[in-house]
Amino acid sequence: MINQKKNWKTTLQAYLYLLPMLLVLLVFCIYPIVQSFLMSIYTKYDFFTNKVGAIGWDNFRYLFADPDFYIALKNTLIFVFGVVPLTIVLSLIIALMLNKLRWFSSLFRTIYFLPFVTSTVAIAMVWNWIYHSNYGFLNYLLGLVGIQPINWLNDPHYAMWALIIMSVWKGLGFNIILFLVGLNNIDNRYYQAAAIDGANSWQQFLHITVPLLSPTTFLVTVNEIIVSFKVFDQVFALFQNSPGPSKACLTLVYYLYQKFYIENKYTIAAASGVILFLLILVVTLIQLSYSRRHVHY
Amino acid sequence: MKKTMSQVLLYVIVSLGAIIMLLPFLWMISTSLKTSTETIKIPPIWIPKVLRWANYVEAFKAAPFMRYFVNSVVVTLVTTLGQIVTSILAAFAFAKLNFHGKNFLFSFFLGTMMIPGEMLLIPNFVTLSKMHLINTYGALILPYLASFFTVFMLKQSFQAVPDSIYFAAKIDGASDWGFLWRILVPMSKSSITAVTVLQMIGSWNAFMWPLIVTNDATARTLPVGLQAFTTDAGTEYQLLMAASTFVIIPMVILYLFLQKYIIAGISKSGLKG
Repeated sequence: MINQKKNWKTTLQAYLYLLPMLLVLLVFCIYPIVQSFLMSIYTKYDFFTNKVGAIGWDNFRYLFADPDFYIALKNTLIFVFGVVPLTIVLSLIIALMLNKLRWFSSLFRTIYFLPFVTSTVAIAMVWNWIYHSNYGFLNYLLGLVGIQPINWLNDPHYAMWALIIMSVWKGLGFNIILFLVGLNNIDNRYYQAAAIDGANSWQQFLHITVPLLSPTTFLVTVNEIIVSFKVFDQVFALFQNSPGPSKACLTLVYYLYQKFYIENKYTIAAASGVILFLLILVVTLIQLSYSRRHVHY
Repeated sequence: MKKTMSQVLLYVIVSLGAIIMLLPFLWMISTSLKTSTETIKIPPIWIPKVLRWANYVEAFKAAPFMRYFVNSVVVTLVTTLGQIVTSILAAFAFAKLNFHGKNFLFSFFLGTMMIPGEMLLIPNFVTLSKMHLINTYGALILPYLASFFTVFMLKQSFQAVPDSIYFAAKIDGASDWGFLWRILVPMSKSSITAVTVLQMIGSWNAFMWPLIVTNDATARTLPVGLQAFTTDAGTEYQLLMAASTFVIIPMVILYLFLQKYIIAGISKSGLKG
């Protein structure tokens, strides 16, 4: 610290530096957080005059009586359980391979990372075209190995798969980078020592890489779960302003968007936002307690 | 011998993966240069007979993409610049100054980072409606003029600069303000560049918030404009792909030039911006 003691003068100086951030965050972050929790229990509410008629659990009762909300919950969980393991396993394998390359390692890293910097909406348009049932490139490729054309985007059985494949493709690069950082942080001497003791590369992977990489794996997993819980852009753009065939890709945030923006049921939408928050909170708490016991730092 | 074999195998697998990663981009560019009849040829053609650049002109005529582009550029630049300035100021206070309430404020804002941003949509929409800013740049920019995540990142790198440098500057007559802008900021150049580039990519690609607060070409950004265009373009995939290419290219160029900083930024933060 460049000032040793704190007094009213140093405090005033510090708050002047903080002022611009505080102003913006108070209006557009703190106030809306408080407001959206409150809105979720307002039942008769006029948001423009901010008049509250009654308070209660009706919004949550509405959610748990709404079949669409259950569909959204179920789909979101399917999406998370589909995307997260696939992304983690694939990005770990690719990171391990990139780490072993002698030449062009950075070129490959550039390529794998490319989808991350591209607009989700724009690239979802491209996937929409790739998934086209008659002229799409994917069905053409599948046709080469004798698989009948699949109606990826209009068949409720395949729509979720289409969404998951695209999302894994887009998210790989980011997680590969994190795994590469984790791998670089492992001291090479562990491997040398293990090799002297006669451990083969599989044993080295199992007994050195896996435990020493566990903080990274943990971070990547939590992050990926939270991001996946909030999936929206991909759905909206891939199915062109719809939650997929027979709501096959109606997710929690999509549900929130529909209630808020299309149906103007602000308090219901706020309540679904609270449920999203609680889900993310549960994940964070489970992961935190798990990491205390199992992650080898 | 065994080592060479495994290296060859490694390159084959990694290259196959790279092709899968690149395929959608190549397919997009290829389609964007085809005629409408060429797009539906089976087996698909990769390189059209004549490269039809006219598709780009046609897409531009079909929707106000130039306007969307200007909107995106303005919103991205102003948001990023504003956020970096507010974050540099706040990060300086958190990293270098002692003051009452510091620990509380810091943990408090750290805690708010756990709240999903989607929860803020509704109240922020109401606030901006009351300010009569819906469908203006104001609605797109104001909520993003500060980010605690960016503050957090910059605080880390400011802390890495030793206090002795401050005292040396002080002897040379520098004020705190001068020290921040003339010494601390230049010394943290690479971190600042990293968060700047990550923020630019985030702003450029942002979708849900711009979708909600814009309703015509006045303020629509490129991703929202592109989404609106799909309804008009219908099955004209060559136009759609031309427009998509146009949205994607600027960030790809930015990435290719500033890759080093982006990777460094992600490695340090480990979080999506």
